[in-house]
Amino acid sequence: MISLGLRGSLSCRLSRILIHRDSSKWQALMAVFLTCVFSCSQAQTVLTLPTGEPQDARLSGFEFMGESTRALQLDASQNPAMLFVREGEQLWSALIGSKRAACRDCHGDANESMRGIASRYPAWDAAIRRPVSLSHRINLCRSRYLGLDQSQAESPATLALEAYLAFQSKADRITSVDDPNVFPWLENGHRLFERRIGQIGLSCADCHAHRPGSRLGASVIPQAHPTAYPVYRLQWQSLGTLSRRIRGCFTGVRADLPQPDGELMVSLELFLRQRAAGMLHEGPGVRP
Amino acid sequence: MSIQTLIDLPQNIKRGALIRIRVSISHPMETGYRRSSEGERLSRNIIKRFSCMLNGASIFSADLYPAVSANPYFSFQHRAARSGELTFLWEGDGGFKHVERVFMSVQ
Repeated sequence: MISLGLRGSLSCRLSRILIHRDSSKWQALMAVFLTCVFSCSQAQTVLTLPTGEPQDARLSGFEFMGESTRALQLDASQNPAMLFVREGEQLWSALIGSKRAACRDCHGDANESMRGIASRYPAWDAAIRRPVSLSHRINLCRSRYLGLDQSQAESPATLALEAYLAFQSKADRITSVDDPNVFPWLENGHRLFERRIGQIGLSCADCHAHRPGSRLGASVIPQAHPTAYPVYRLQWQSLGTLSRRIRGCFTGVRADLPQPDGELMVSLELFLRQRAAGMLHEGPGVRP
Repeated sequence: MSIQTLIDLPQNIKRGALIRIRVSISHPMETGYRRSSEGERLSRNIIKRFSCMLNGASIFSADLYPAVSANPYFSFQHRAARSGELTFLWEGDGGFKHVERVFMSVQ
């Protein structure tokens, strides 16, 4: 068993994040950055995340991708997630279910009413008295108000609608969790993030908080900020939710898989949102 | 999911200009070599041919094989000589056929 529990000093961790950038520009930036952070930490003013990482060292998974994958995300006519956004746009106005109603009937024009919604989920659902992820909320809404059977988590329709809503939050900032109702789940999510799981015995923090930028096999370990979900993952050849991505990690460390819409999963998603609060939402993105 | 396409042409095309046309389509491109989580064999479902015509005359075409990934994307160049209707045609397994038409205006 590899011992991954030890944490390096602040500057050590920062240099680990930045050391993998090879250009001299980055080395110069790193020097400036470390000096800044060092002087700040002397004055005890560095903002830290619950996991102890400095907030201003946060990088989206986008920053860890290759040039071609970045280009794929940035160009709307190339980004395959846009196929799902178009599908979602049509579903938004489609009359469906036993009530022959559409999302648009209640919510109106998504370009206005759904602005910034995706960047503040998971959120509290008063009817079932627990936080729910955006895709879960879409499914609940479709069963409550459109009279559909509760569709499967991650069904094509749910994914397309989630992509459409994420598109409405493009370039918004992910908001901080401020609803006291969900605080117990948030705390639980934090504990889960730090807890070692599976036969391999790794916690989320072991890789994503303490070793981002290093490699796991051929893949670069990102910092795990959920800034672009649902993402079109090239490995999946499809769009997928944050929950699916997290389950991938659970499989990787050989842990029992949590339910896609279960409380464990939403706790973790909630904590990740809080950890990424203030970062830009990229709309449906592309990941390798 | 119904079939969705993304078609990208430049704005304000000048006569004689070399333009880039970019298209993608939502399609699973199932190889025929995989099995479902229940163990059943997934039958092959791929696009076999993509073609682009201007006023009925072919300007670009390609044959596709199972190794092409899902939601295939094509980018190709064309010397814009005259205005006309561009027809994009995807044909594949199980009688799959999808057509999109876009008018290209050349000044």
